[in-house]
Amino acid sequence: MTRSPTERTLQASADDHRIASLAALAIALGMVDAAIPSPLPGVKPGLANIMTLFALHTLGWRAAVWVTLLRVVGAGLLLGSLFTPGFWLSLGGALASLLLLGACRALPARHFSLVSHSLLAAQAHLLGQLLLVRLFLIPYDNILLLFPPLALAALLGGIANGLIASHLVQAHDKD
Amino acid sequence: MFKAGDYLVLLALCALLLAAFLQLGRHAGEADSVIVRQNGTETIRLPLRLNRRHVARGPLGLTEIEIHNGQARIRRDPSPRQYCVQQGWLRHSGDIAVCLPNRVSIELAGTRQAHDSLAY
Repeated sequence: MTRSPTERTLQASADDHRIASLAALAIALGMVDAAIPSPLPGVKPGLANIMTLFALHTLGWRAAVWVTLLRVVGAGLLLGSLFTPGFWLSLGGALASLLLLGACRALPARHFSLVSHSLLAAQAHLLGQLLLVRLFLIPYDNILLLFPPLALAALLGGIANGLIASHLVQAHDKD
Repeated sequence: MFKAGDYLVLLALCALLLAAFLQLGRHAGEADSVIVRQNGTETIRLPLRLNRRHVARGPLGLTEIEIHNGQARIRRDPSPRQYCVQQGWLRHSGDIAVCLPNRVSIELAGTRQAHDSLAY
């Protein structure tokens, strides 16, 4: 076959491969998240975010952004929720927590571990989602009454995911 | 695993959470009136101390609002799924029942503070 003059081949770097495999793991964890029954709409363990934290600490913030956005779109495709309100909420929460994680780079690593990042990102995720709900889906202030119980869930989920992610990072650093 | 700053973050978030829950307890206060909205704009505000019925006319027909013993409910509504009717009696400030097909909603409102006057 003759090569088309406009054909281009893209070389995937080693980092691209790492990002792709982390995103794939994150999508799989996202499926687990969706399968776990939840006591209140909006309460999810957010296990997929472990991969975001892992990418952040092993490859950097840009990789974390890639892993997260790929995961949001990939999970949306698999769950059939692409471009539904649930998808936008997930995207809004993801963007809010990524921005906060970007800002978290200013925290000195000597005093703040991954658990801090996880805790703060979980709250940012919740705030981003609630803001989106208040602005576009349910324009009543009463929706803010959901904040305390959801923030408690985010706190617990933040600790758990932070601990799991720091175990993974430690195991990765040993190799 | 945990570093000093992590405890600081955790403590700050716990304090914030406690404040949020206290605020929540304050917010779910007494209601003293019911706001009737049509097409999202307030049409009338009825006091909850007087037992009465009020009829609002929407695009599908009549929505009947009942006030009884300091509570309010949608008594009758032409909406097909009857969500707002099934919601039953509303008691607390901020409670809301929306009859979306007929474009009518009621919301209980109270004075923002739990006490409007204290006397000794």
